[in-house]
Amino acid sequence: MKPRKLVAAISLALAFSAQASQLPVEEAMLTSPPVVPPPITRDHAAKVVVKMETVEKVMEIADGVEYMFWTFGGSVPGQFLRVREGDEVEFHLSNHPSSKMPHNIDLHAVTGPGGGAASSFTAPGHTSVFNFKALNPGLYVYHCATAPVGMHVANGMYGLILVEPKEGLPPVDREYYVMQGDFYTKGEYGEQGLQSFDMDKAIREQPDYVVFNGAVGALNGDKALTANVGETVRLYVGNGGPNLVSSFHVIGEIFDKVNVEGGTAINENVQTTLVPAGGAAMAEFKLDVPGNFIMVDHSIFRAFNKGALGMMQVEGPEDKIVYSGKVAENVYLPEGSAVQVMPNGHPKVVAKTKEERLLYGKRAYEANCQACHQNEGQGIPGAFPPLAASDFLNADHTRATDVVLHGLKGPIKVNGQAYDSIMPAMRLSDEDTANVLTYVLNSWGNDGGDVTPEQVAERREKGKTIIMEGSAH
Amino acid sequence: MSLALLLSLTLATDMASLPAGEVRPLYLTKDSPLTPVAPFMLDKTPVTNRQFAAFVAAHPQWQPGRPPALLTEPAYLQHWPGLTPAEEQYHQPVTFVSWFAADAYCRAQGKRLPTVAEWEYAAQASQTAALGASEPGFTRRILDWYARPATAHLHNVGRSPANYWGVQDLHGLVWEWTRDFNSALVTGESRGDSSLDQGLFCGSAAAGSADPSDYAAFMRYGFRSSLKATYALGNLGFRCAKEINNETPHLVADAVQP
Repeated sequence: MKPRKLVAAISLALAFSAQASQLPVEEAMLTSPPVVPPPITRDHAAKVVVKMETVEKVMEIADGVEYMFWTFGGSVPGQFLRVREGDEVEFHLSNHPSSKMPHNIDLHAVTGPGGGAASSFTAPGHTSVFNFKALNPGLYVYHCATAPVGMHVANGMYGLILVEPKEGLPPVDREYYVMQGDFYTKGEYGEQGLQSFDMDKAIREQPDYVVFNGAVGALNGDKALTANVGETVRLYVGNGGPNLVSSFHVIGEIFDKVNVEGGTAINENVQTTLVPAGGAAMAEFKLDVPGNFIMVDHSIFRAFNKGALGMMQVEGPEDKIVYSGKVAENVYLPEGSAVQVMPNGHPKVVAKTKEERLLYGKRAYEANCQACHQNEGQGIPGAFPPLAASDFLNADHTRATDVVLHGLKGPIKVNGQAYDSIMPAMRLSDEDTANVLTYVLNSWGNDGGDVTPEQVAERREKGKTIIMEGSAH
Repeated sequence: MSLALLLSLTLATDMASLPAGEVRPLYLTKDSPLTPVAPFMLDKTPVTNRQFAAFVAAHPQWQPGRPPALLTEPAYLQHWPGLTPAEEQYHQPVTFVSWFAADAYCRAQGKRLPTVAEWEYAAQASQTAALGASEPGFTRRILDWYARPATAHLHNVGRSPANYWGVQDLHGLVWEWTRDFNSALVTGESRGDSSLDQGLFCGSAAAGSADPSDYAAFMRYGFRSSLKATYALGNLGFRCAKEINNETPHLVADAVQP
């Protein structure tokens, strides 16, 4: 090589770097969400070359709703970048020729004015290059910082860069990349077609969409995150904003460890962790049981009405000790609610003769019992036992009184037919209970008999819910 | 197309006359003095590929591939299939032209590029008023263009309704070069530019601006501040301006009809 050419080559090599670096050079592996690049295995610093592109493109923000996103690398959030503490990063930012706007990048991992914004300001169809050294470990947000900054961020220009500490992060089975953002559209939530950015809503901080990974349902259904029972998961959670602070929560999981705000401080046993706008958090948890675990912003209307809801599908064997599933469903009646209070202060009518008792009992039956046991006491086969000519009823009037007052559940046999359901405790007065029992005992071929309010009052004190042998309920 | 016809096309223009006025610089507060704008004339539509082809024919040093790197980057007129545009490009605004090329074109017509103040003054008119910013939906419509995808295919010029001054396509077609586009001395770090030592530079953060809600203006200033004079971009065109000279009879439009 001629000396002049050699000088040119050397000066070119120095052109991209403020100082000649002896570090090995490697090209960064960038991944689109929810994928995270693999952990760094190097035990030394390197010069990492990052090539990122800004692209303006229309994508779906919800079913049938399109939005003109401005992106790093064609996705929202942008590509995940992973470097090691002490690495020297040579960052190439290319703005696609089809862009309408200039763009730049402010990486919160950068120590230097603007986080790289001034050095990376790039018109469409051009590329800017700048260098920085990753001095501090942590999980950092990057975003566009071109005027109007709010609009560039609101259109989806943000992502995460992980600076691994020199000793690396504790190994986990799975790592995922989840980033929240709020979006402001001219139309309301779900309004179809291409929606444009609504500046007024953005200034008022009233988003139509609050989503994980750039779209409603980006982490649902067949796009849900996956894991197996027994595995440990680390979520790299970011919040691009532009406005809202996220209360990140996984329903049915407790974060064993959270790197608070993406930094070095570790909090343990956390239910919900705050992720500031322009901030991040690392959340680790072990999966003990299978099922669908829902990730939400626990500002809960955002989750169920604006899209901030994702899923992690966990497969594997159940552990009934850790979580049993439903084991019982009981009728719940608060204490002391048995007595009906008549409105408007009319005194309760009291039966003075057996005829009156039967008449009032018939009324009470029609109002309270007939729906299940039917007008002639015939019941409904397989569901509600008959009261007509019922051996179970006639065999024990006290038991019958207890059933009405306190309820019964479990398998019983009536006239040879098996029933297994629940008779709820009836909220009737002593008078009404006596009347209705007397009416039933003297109707539809039953053996007759009398039940008095005094007997009912005694059983209200002494009786209790009858639970038959083998009750599954 | 004969060279003579091309030359005749370049001579005929259609310009609007704008009276003296004033425009409020983006970076000033509400009680700052406004920038006065003297009366001037402005092309009603952006320069088209066909008009620019006539200029190139008359000035071969501006043929695609000819200008030195000092005056334009390699993308110069890259959308032309050869030394002339394709027929379907005739009435589309010319893009992929550097500031130097646009400046040379305007000089060749006896005109010049409009200043930022002149351009913004013309562009703040709606269809019915000299100052459209107060009209509901004016900024909204401009922002809607920014929110539409950048397509490879540009519309022909002269399709949009004329504004109060009779000027068309200031919004919604292409960005446009201005004579002093680089007077917006931003650092590229828009958020820090509002500090005291830089408070006079436009494109600064909203803290130092007259109307933080005018995102459309911010975007134009932001775009201008990202440019260098050699840049040739696919969505950046230009139009020419001229001092008002009452001795020059008003020229009538030529056959540049869609």
